[in-house]
Amino acid sequence: MSILVGKDTRLLVQGITGSAGAFHSKQMIDYGTQVVAGVTPGRGGETFDGGKAVPVFDTVAGAVKATGANTSVIFVPPPGAADAILEAFDAGIALVVCITEGVPVTDMLKVRRVLEGLRGKTRLIGPNCPGIITPGAPGIGCKIGIMPAHIHKVGNIGVVSRSGTLTYEAVGQLTARGVGQSTCIGIGGDPVGGMDFVDTLELFQADPDTHGVILIGEIGGGAEERAAAYIREKMNKPVAGFIAGATAPPGKRMGHAGAIIAGGKGTAAEKIKALEAAGVRVAPTPSDMADTLIAQMGSRK
Amino acid sequence: MKIHEYQAKEIFARYGVPIPRGHAARTVDEAEAAAKKLATETGSPVVVVKAQIHAGGRGKGGGVKVAKSGAAEARELAQKILGMQLVTHQTGPAGQKVRRLYVEQGLDIARELYLGAVIDRDRRRIAFMASTEGGVEIEKVAEETPEKIVTVHVDPTVGLAGYQARQLAFALGLGKKETLGKFVKLVTALYDLVVREDCSLCEINPLVVTKGNDIVALDGKMSLDDSAEFRHPEWHDLEDKDEEDPVELEAKAAGLNYVSLDGNVGCLVNGAGLAMATMDIIKHFGEGRGVAPANFLDVGGGANQEQVTKAFKMILKSPKVKAIFVNIFGGIMKCDVIANGVVAAAKELGLKVPLVVRLEGTNVELGRKILGESGLAIQAASTMADGAQKVVAAVAA
Repeated sequence: MSILVGKDTRLLVQGITGSAGAFHSKQMIDYGTQVVAGVTPGRGGETFDGGKAVPVFDTVAGAVKATGANTSVIFVPPPGAADAILEAFDAGIALVVCITEGVPVTDMLKVRRVLEGLRGKTRLIGPNCPGIITPGAPGIGCKIGIMPAHIHKVGNIGVVSRSGTLTYEAVGQLTARGVGQSTCIGIGGDPVGGMDFVDTLELFQADPDTHGVILIGEIGGGAEERAAAYIREKMNKPVAGFIAGATAPPGKRMGHAGAIIAGGKGTAAEKIKALEAAGVRVAPTPSDMADTLIAQMGSRK
Repeated sequence: MKIHEYQAKEIFARYGVPIPRGHAARTVDEAEAAAKKLATETGSPVVVVKAQIHAGGRGKGGGVKVAKSGAAEARELAQKILGMQLVTHQTGPAGQKVRRLYVEQGLDIARELYLGAVIDRDRRRIAFMASTEGGVEIEKVAEETPEKIVTVHVDPTVGLAGYQARQLAFALGLGKKETLGKFVKLVTALYDLVVREDCSLCEINPLVVTKGNDIVALDGKMSLDDSAEFRHPEWHDLEDKDEEDPVELEAKAAGLNYVSLDGNVGCLVNGAGLAMATMDIIKHFGEGRGVAPANFLDVGGGANQEQVTKAFKMILKSPKVKAIFVNIFGGIMKCDVIANGVVAAAKELGLKVPLVVRLEGTNVELGRKILGESGLAIQAASTMADGAQKVVAAVAA
């Protein structure tokens, strides 16, 4: 098993005819993800050729009706990204993954408010994220997003991260040590988005095939502190962590819109302290993420 | 993006948030003329000469002075402030050179309050914060007397509700009829402004109540959400390039994320998280040996060879860089693109410092081959830790 995506995922790609959407649709189809529809307003009726023929629709609702798509991935540029998310919500999509980087915060505040009104009927991952992958052979595995598929391996470790490339780093370390992953999620680097660490940890905790978790945070906001509180109270699976940005200067945005120490809050030191107090082993360097988790799991046996 | 006080106030005025009369000035002559004009407009000779830099704490640093006797005194003050290196708790020890002034009418102040709007990331709402402790650092108030800050969170589908505006008014002691309506109108306009202008932060500190019971924004601090730039062409004119690090500006123009730091190891990395983690691991192995990162640089996932070349050249040109660490985990970014970019830049400018490269991910074999055949003196690293240790050894040696 795994969380959120797998063999039952029927994927719709919003922005399938754009350059990023087209390129990654092909990659996802190659991996074995069931890409059943594409949406580009004004291009309905066309067929996208991504190694297999994918019908293109004008609206998400139309695509869902015709194909039974239950998950959507969004490659729509920033000006239309929030609207694309809302359209997917309205069409009853169960999981929406928004890859787009650079969505204005005020747009995401509205999206968040609508999402809260849906009361768990729909989940959102991102924006500004690499996506989600459940490693596995075609028909079992499912890759949604832009992560390099070949570094993954089927297994029992969940990975959740605010950073794309640091997720790859952690996955690469695990796979190099022969340790596979149940599901890997990049929740994105923006200040306001969909699923956060706690939402994801709840699913990993409930998933019988996830035996341990690597959590990768970074400076800015309080998501890691909330994760620490959840882990302390509700989680009995081992969690190892890493927080990027211990050397970042305050007040400077470090690439990600959300990676900023503001008003002295959101430092790596605070987050590491909170996680360690919750029993999370925090890797001393980003090169030690897998080894830290493996040691933690070994010590619990 | 940060903007100046006088620019924030122009926006305030457009939305009906009351501000004192004032005029921007870039020279001493302009400052004197502004003071004269204000005296005519207000009938009072008292003006305030305010340094315009993108940092708070200007008053304490000597960047805000009152001229009681009029234009000649304003001219003298302008002479002192223009061109000074203004040091505040937000500028760092080097300070920031003052190139612009704002000359403003003096007010009879009865009370100084605080009003600010921020994006509350934990609540996913715009939060309005108000405090009777105006004119001091709000972070300090939050730490020492948090009960003196009242916060309301705004539902974006409703907007700032009337009861919330009144809640803030009562907390500020503005509940009397002379002030209640004025404040509610002001804070409602401010919410409208924050949303429509895509502010990530908007602070009025102090918000003053005059002896005549007017409520006026005496200061204005505004940060704009960079992600919303596409729908604000007018922001182009608000940008003050003098306030930015020239290398960071050059990087931004090339589509790169770059932040200057104090250390000596140049870093070229793909992805913001990995770039931060690379800084961290250099510090981890370099601390106590005089080795630290010289920059944060994320070339991003979609960079082409020209952008990589540009990025590597920026590092090569920096005099403080004593060694370079290229750390790539290729996903969308292909290792051969990085390798070609690095080789092109090094061939053009010459490679005079040690270079450590760690390549992993998409097209890694091709990337290693390109570097191997380039004839450049490159130390290959197998992991991030290996690379960081090698680059630290190269500098510390």
